[in-house]
Amino acid sequence: MFRANSPLKTIPAMSESRTVRYLLITTAFLFLGLFLLVPLATVLVRALEKGFQVYLEAIRNPDTLSAIRLTLLAAFISVGLNLVFGLAAAWAIGKFEFIGKNILITLIDLPFAVSPIISGLIYVLLFGLQGTLGPWLSDHNIKIIFAVPGIILATTFVTFPFVARELIPLMQSQGTEEEEAAVVLGANGWQIFWRVTLPNIKWGLLYGLILTNARAMGEFGAVSVVSGHIRGATNTIPLHVEILYNEYSYAASFAVASLLALLAIVTLAVKSFIEWKTHEKFSMRQEEIF
Amino acid sequence: MSIKVKNLSKQFGSFTAVKDVSFQVQTGSLVALLGPSGSGKSTLLRMIAGLEKPDLGEIHLTGAEATFQSAKDRNVGFVFQHYALFKHMTVAENIAFGLKVRNLAPEEIKKRVAELIKLVQMEGLGQRFPSQLSGGQRQRVALARALAPRPQVLLLDEPFGALDAKVRDELRKWITLLHKETSVTTLFVTHDQHEALEIADRIIVMNQGSIEQEGTALDIFDRPATHFVAQFVGETNFIESKLCEPELVCWGPFKFSVSGFKMGDKVRIYFRPNDVYVSSNPETLQVKGTIEKIRFRGPLIELTLDIGEDKSIAALVPKGVSLASGFKENMPVYIGITDFHAFHQI
Repeated sequence: MFRANSPLKTIPAMSESRTVRYLLITTAFLFLGLFLLVPLATVLVRALEKGFQVYLEAIRNPDTLSAIRLTLLAAFISVGLNLVFGLAAAWAIGKFEFIGKNILITLIDLPFAVSPIISGLIYVLLFGLQGTLGPWLSDHNIKIIFAVPGIILATTFVTFPFVARELIPLMQSQGTEEEEAAVVLGANGWQIFWRVTLPNIKWGLLYGLILTNARAMGEFGAVSVVSGHIRGATNTIPLHVEILYNEYSYAASFAVASLLALLAIVTLAVKSFIEWKTHEKFSMRQEEIF
Repeated sequence: MSIKVKNLSKQFGSFTAVKDVSFQVQTGSLVALLGPSGSGKSTLLRMIAGLEKPDLGEIHLTGAEATFQSAKDRNVGFVFQHYALFKHMTVAENIAFGLKVRNLAPEEIKKRVAELIKLVQMEGLGQRFPSQLSGGQRQRVALARALAPRPQVLLLDEPFGALDAKVRDELRKWITLLHKETSVTTLFVTHDQHEALEIADRIIVMNQGSIEQEGTALDIFDRPATHFVAQFVGETNFIESKLCEPELVCWGPFKFSVSGFKMGDKVRIYFRPNDVYVSSNPETLQVKGTIEKIRFRGPLIELTLDIGEDKSIAALVPKGVSLASGFKENMPVYIGITDFHAFHQI
């Protein structure tokens, strides 16, 4: 019996000289530092340059709190919607054959292909006062554009591909055999979903949801078009940062921005944890196959 | 515990997978569905399990009609070619799955799982994950999982297809023992004739969605009912010729006495290489030939025999016989054909 990992530890086919290696590594780190770490540090420094008190006040400002609330709400709802739609779409594509499957796969990618501004504009053209459904909506006193529903719609639209894209290849590669085995063993639809399908895709699903959440909280373009920038009502965190900045309230603007930066760091940490977790499972399997 | 299938048909687009198939599997027997890939045998098995819906026909399990029953309610055991074990569950959890979804009491589940782990000789491996098992062990777990809810019938889809030759051989022997022990009515699909001939009580040979022949291993091997069975099961020589006299087919130096043919009929005759008798002495054999080629095939030696007129046939002789007779290439020999099957040419 041999272990599959032993032949993997082979001598690398290419071995560059020490200088080349260090040069490459230094370049990578320098680039990363210049373009990522310095701006990140700047955000924190600028946010705190007038003291912690100012920082706290900027965040405790009612308009900021309202922006945070709206961002969390929009992110929460779009994560929820994309959980359902992404799962349904991936399930349909991964496990069934039907006419129009390729069209569906292409359409799922659409939000990545179009500029976020266009995504926002679609909703203005559809639901705005001059839009197709505008008159009907205003007759019935339903406000979508320049209101919270519009922001949620735009956020959901731009984040739509994340969950589906993550799950489609996973579900396609897993096929339907385990589900078939479960149904023959007497499991009903719910039992199959909870006990067989979900455990097999849970890490991929979580990964998709984290990306969705990060994008939902940070989305600027599409939301900017449909929001109307009403302070305390339709401003999200990124929009609020812009407004504060344009008003020369730099400390406040950077303080709010630091919240987004913090979210980015948390997202990265969770993402690496999940990758490490899936990788660990994968390599464990590799090693323990006879 | 029996399976009855009546006039079953299934179409995928323009492809007819199963065409008006009827057969029965008696309670407690072990039956093989044998055929080349694309012959509809797997589709047939999946229809019996409820994983595919038949277009036409009926399925009866233990005497009750199951045609429109969902797979979930049929209570059949199904073993997939690639095991389809639940990757995230341990061996014990896999076996328990069919019991858990039926909401059995935990003590009862525990007892049954222990029973099955013992039955499939996996003691001490209950807490392993499928990825930590060898192919043969995985297939045994799949079998235990299928047997756990005490299914009415057990269906196996190419159960040994993904295993290497040695493990396959062991598992084959083991499964016949297991079948004796559990006596669950079992239907298994295979494209491997040796597998079918070795372990099945009865064999159903399928080709292009239809049944070609049904019978015991001996029936199928010695009395092929159709061209297809004669060619597909076992090795065979075939020749095409005409009647030269009433009830006599001539082919080169050979004469075959046949019945049921008219003068002028085209006849195809099949005979197995092991039914070709080769000797270095004339004995009563009139046909002379030359050994063109010798191929070593383990316990048997395959001879290609040149019988003149640009014709040659294959013969299989035991290695011992070949050694005793001193067979070598270009050696003149005497040949007889001890058994053959004649069909109208198609």
